[in-house]
Amino acid sequence: MLISNLELIPGRRVVEHLGLVQGSSVRAKHVGRDIMAGLKNIFGGELKGYTELLQESREEAMQRLQQQAEAVGANAILNVRFSTSSVAQGAAEIYVYGTAVTLE
Amino acid sequence: MYNLIVFLVLLLLGYGVGQYAERRHYRSIIEREGRLNALPAIASRYPPTQPHYRQALVTGSTVISVDYFKRFLAALRNLFGGRVTSYESLLDRARRESLLRMKQQAASMGAAMVFNVKYETASISKGRGNTIGSIEVLAYGTALIEPRGQ
Repeated sequence: MLISNLELIPGRRVVEHLGLVQGSSVRAKHVGRDIMAGLKNIFGGELKGYTELLQESREEAMQRLQQQAEAVGANAILNVRFSTSSVAQGAAEIYVYGTAVTLE
Repeated sequence: MYNLIVFLVLLLLGYGVGQYAERRHYRSIIEREGRLNALPAIASRYPPTQPHYRQALVTGSTVISVDYFKRFLAALRNLFGGRVTSYESLLDRARRESLLRMKQQAASMGAAMVFNVKYETASISKGRGNTIGSIEVLAYGTALIEPRGQ
């Protein structure tokens, strides 16, 4: 499965547009990480635990995106976009969407 | 009285450790930016058509938090208005770090360049009184990898 955030693939023609596919994932951290993050809020700096967490949930969202694209019979997803929003204190939603297409 | 002492200690800790961490982070960013300069990140949507590059989505993200001292400065700034430089440097660090991570991922795939780079910023935790606690910046783009055997 080819996933790209470009709108066209040089040298390959889009045979069929199959519509929008999407994947999302909401995750929260365990309390230990929240406490560490509270400390980091005093000293500043990178919150490694949160970076990892969001990366994991992004991978999960991408998996769901891919599953959906496979279900409609696509072989590529073009024009992929990410979006992040915090839905509650300590939980974030990752949303990925793109256009499922068939390339020749 | 007790509250005031705690406040001052936090302020000093935030100032000392925060400034030190920021300077160290900037040094590391500048050093790595120099190394990855050969790999351009381009915001154009239209990739070159020749040769036929292979493509892969690359991402880089950072969650970074502001320190206690800077948050205090920003709260003061809210009274008078104007540039909140303490948050500007926070966002700048997060953006550059994310872009570097994205480029590193692209470099490990042997990419020649990264096209259609986009940034996505979200504040993921709010502190007291809705001040910004920590922000996440995601940089993503399409890595163009030189085709093999040509």
